[in-house]
Parts: sequence; C-alpha cells; structure tokens
Amino acid sequence: MIAPDWFRDDRLPHIYCTGCGNGTIINCTLAAVEEMGWKRDETVFVSGIGCSSRAPGYILTDSLHTTHGRALAFATGVKMARPDLHVVVFTGDGDLAAIGGNHFIHACRRNVDMTVICMNNHIYGMTGGQGSPTTPPGAISTTTPYGMSEPAFDLAELAVAAGANYVARWTSYHVKELTKAVAAGLQTPGLAFIEARTQCPTNYGRHNKLRTVPAMIEHLRSHAMLVAKYNRLCAEGKPVPDGTFTVGDLVRRNRPAMGVRP
Amino acid sequence: MQGNTACAEGALAAGCRFFGGYPITPSTEIAETMARKLPKAGGVFISMEDELASIAAVIGAAWTGARAMTATSGPGFSLMMENIGYAVMTETPCVIVNIQRGGPSTGQPTRAAQGDMLQCRFGSHGDYSTIALTPNSVQEMFDLTVKAFDLADRFRVPTFLMADEIVGHMRERVTIPDAVEAERPRPLADGSLPFEAGDDGIPGFAPFGSGRSVHVTGLTHDERGYPDTTDPEAHDRLVRRLVAKVESARRDIADYEVVNPDAETVFVTYGPPSRTVEQVMRDHPDDSIGHLRLRVVWPFPEFALQEFSNAKTFLMPELNMGQMVREVQRHVDQPVISIPKIGGELHTPAELVQTLEAHR
Repeated sequence: MIAPDWFRDDRLPHIYCTGCGNGTIINCTLAAVEEMGWKRDETVFVSGIGCSSRAPGYILTDSLHTTHGRALAFATGVKMARPDLHVVVFTGDGDLAAIGGNHFIHACRRNVDMTVICMNNHIYGMTGGQGSPTTPPGAISTTTPYGMSEPAFDLAELAVAAGANYVARWTSYHVKELTKAVAAGLQTPGLAFIEARTQCPTNYGRHNKLRTVPAMIEHLRSHAMLVAKYNRLCAEGKPVPDGTFTVGDLVRRNRPAMGVRP
Repeated sequence: MQGNTACAEGALAAGCRFFGGYPITPSTEIAETMARKLPKAGGVFISMEDELASIAAVIGAAWTGARAMTATSGPGFSLMMENIGYAVMTETPCVIVNIQRGGPSTGQPTRAAQGDMLQCRFGSHGDYSTIALTPNSVQEMFDLTVKAFDLADRFRVPTFLMADEIVGHMRERVTIPDAVEAERPRPLADGSLPFEAGDDGIPGFAPFGSGRSVHVTGLTHDERGYPDTTDPEAHDRLVRRLVAKVESARRDIADYEVVNPDAETVFVTYGPPSRTVEQVMRDHPDDSIGHLRLRVVWPFPEFALQEFSNAKTFLMPELNMGQMVREVQRHVDQPVISIPKIGGELHTPAELVQTLEAHR
C-alpha cells in the first residue's frame, strides 16, 4: 500500500467492487501528495456523490463528502476562505459532467487553486450502471439498452476551453504517468484538472463485451494515444482509429488564479 | 439606512468573513454591500454561478471556521434547499438571508411576501429542525442578523433571516453598536469524537485545518462522522438528536414581544404586518386588544400563546395565504382567524380593524 499514513484503516472494508479502478487512482493521488511533502493537517479532500466521491472517506485528513455535483462549489468555499489549506477534489463523470457541469466550467474559469481528479468510468456506477454524459456512443447501459445514442463529453477538452491552468488525461493503466500528472497538478497554482479514465467491471464492462478486468484495462491502454502523436496524425491528414482518446498534458499555462497559497 | 444594508452591516459587525451569493431581486443590496466592504475587512466575497453553488461555498467556508452567509429570495431559496439539508445533516453553522418576494415561481420580484415561512422549516427532504428569525424594522435587520450568527454557531444549524422586500428596502434610523460580541461554536474537546454530542445535543466543532481529521458527510453517520447508512438505530439516534438540539432549546431561542397580556382579542404577527397592528393599537387604545409579535418563528414558541390567559380569539395577519397560522391553530383551543394578504402590499389598518370588529 502506498502512503499508509494517509489511510483511515478503521474504515475497511471499503465499498469498491472487485476489479474497480478507483483504488488505483486514489493510490496514485496519495503517492503524489506524499511526494509533495504535504502535511495531513493542511490538506482537505472534497468530493460529491458517486463511487469516486467515497474516496475522501478513506483518507485520514479533513474531508468533505458533499452533495451530488456540487463538490467544486464546496471546495471553492473551503479554498477561498483558507488559501493556506491544500484542496484536492475527487469526482466522477456523472458528478462532474452531468449534474455538476456548471460548477465544473466556472471552477475552471475562476482557476481556483486546487486539484480536481475525475475518475471517469463512463457510467453511473453507484446507482447501478445508467448511461452518463461520457458513456461512449453505442455503449450498452441499463438506461441505454439499445446503445448510447448521444455524443460523449470530452472532459479534459472542456477544462481546457473553460480556462484551467493544467489539464492532463491518463488511465488506470498508466499508473506512473497518472501519478506524475497528479503531482504536476498539485504543484500548479490555479485549477489543475486530471481526467483518469478507469474501469467499472461491474456496471460497464460486463454489458459491453469487456467481461474481465484485464480486458477493460487493455481496452483503455489500446485506445489511449499520446497527445503529440494524435496531433501529428491529424496534421498529416492520417486516420485516427475509432474510439481513440488522447493522453498526456493537454495544457500547462499560467493564467491568473484565485485562492493561491500565500 | 436601508434594511438590506443594515443586514450586511450586521453581518460584518458579527464577524462574517465569507459571502457567497448570486444576484436576485430584492436582496441584491446585501451582496453589493458585502462586495464593497468584505475585502476591506479581510474577508472574501464571491459571486457564484448559481444559488446551489452559493450555499455550497458558504458551507465549505464555514467548515474552515469562518462566519459565512448568503442572501437570496424565493427562486434562489428554492435552489438552495438540497444543500440546506446538507448543512443540517453536517451541523454546519451558517446564515441564510431570504428577502422574500411574491411567489410561486418568478412571481413578483419587487414585491413583498411571507410566502416561504414553511419552506424554511420543511423545504429540504427528511426530518429536521432549524431556526428562523423575522425582523420588522431596519434596526432588526441589523440586530437579528447578528443574532442569527450567534444561534447558528451555538446550535450548529443553518439559521434563516426570513425578511422580505418591505424591511429589505425600507429606510429607517439605525443604531449600530461600537462592538458586537460573537458567540462561537464550542470547540471539539480532546478525546471527543467529531459528532459526539454533549447533554445539549450539540457536538464540539473542529474546523478544517485544526488537526482533527474530521470526515464530514451528508450520509447518515456515526459519532466518528463515518457513514452508517443501513442501521436503523444509527439513523434514529442522529436525526432525533439533530431535531432535539433545536426543539429542546425552544424557550432559550424564543424572542417575542407581548402587548396587553390580559387582552381577549390577540393579534399574532411576525415581520412587517406587526407594524400595521402597532398602528391599529395606536389608533384604538384598548386593553382588550393584545399583540404577540414573534422575532423567532422557528422553533415555534407555542408557550408564548399561553401568555394571553384571557384570550378568546387570535387574529393572524400574514403576507401569504395563511402559513404560520396553522402552527398557531395547532397549539390553542380558541379560534384562530387567518388574515391573509398576497400581492405585495401590507394590510391597511382599516383592513385589520374590519376583521377585528367582526371577531370581538
């Protein structure tokens, strides 16, 4: 276990399903936090509702498990009132992109100094696998029994467009890269957004011909393409395979930020 | 000074250092005053993207130990309901000002109403209890805002200033004290769990950054703050305590005025209709007419009604179709006559006299 001092061991067993990728993302995050040398008493984890949002309940710091979609608004209050505290937000695709979409774009616009990690499993996992704004077109879920008929949100591109200072995307397969990206986010003044695509074997994989956890992780790995390569292919007019998504840093910049630690 | 300005001045005097809001008529002068003055007082003003975010930011700020507030009106108040329930469940001290206007829906943005009196008590889902104050003057916009912060901190409960367009926009002379003494939450004792309450049902408060690693959740939780969502006893214990810590202190929280306790016909009011009743009583000096004026409506002080031992009839003018009158009816055997008025204007003295004559 990475960073054992940061876990509430009196909370075990946790609620995550066998094969869930959320634990990997929590581990990557805590490894990055520990690398920063942050103190537990100066760090606050905030979350909304959903599987992702149970993460702060397992971490031994002050933690605010809030209402569905509103984590970033709560976190804005914490950070603006106490800029000396480090604020990290865990959220999910339903929490961030559906019910919390407005708070997402405005938090990026304000560029409040915090790190937001979205565990994007492409599904509402906690409620039993309903289609979300990131469910890929054609994918089967309990509310898209004939295949998802809506286009999906690209969360990282949304954060770039809305103004976040640092945006990166990796997956639960890319453990080292994800850890580095979180660390880069923690170091960035302003809002850092890291999309971590992850597997939900229980509610996504088994409906979409990805019946094993390795199959799901392989699917993430094989569809991820480095931003540079993707841009090169596009520039050269070469085809990009269906279902490809970019990974890596999407933006690093230094726009004015709010609530930066004095 | 204008009522809304007095509310903001009261908040500043009480040590409010965080305001999160969204512009809405007829409450905007509160936000505007806070935007101008809070930064100079070392505080934070932030205009959020909507009212859901406003109350969320206020709750987040309150968990850092700051005195925090928001101000809104009907439509914004409706949007805040879910997170008000979160503040109740997480025992977050904060102040919510509602400058009430005519509803439902967008209704009458520039006209007064008292239409949200039951919403502030029952508007969020589940069982709970909160505190609501009702000013009837610009001075009380100041005084009761200060008091709201003290009650919110003492009971660790979201506390409402249920004002309206009339007191919000009225201009009157105000006396502002040189200093206001704040009653902050009792700190969490060493060795106590974050949601372990004393005899008064109120746990000590350990704001973020104080080294206690508090987990705060809107889920049903145990004394450690950890989710415990399926044990019937855990839920029963928590929710009954949240209600009891407010309801059992009703006499302590109560704030009301009694005029002519021997009267046979008694007006019961809160907020601006009390001003019309005062005019009627000036115009018709008569010991048989009494007046109970509530400055705290929730938790409802039913014992205040007993002060009128000779009462034969209660008359209740409200700027709604009869909301608090149900609470009065519930607690007395005598007839309670509702005098509802909607549309945005106060009852005239003549209207009240007419009802008075019909029922005595």
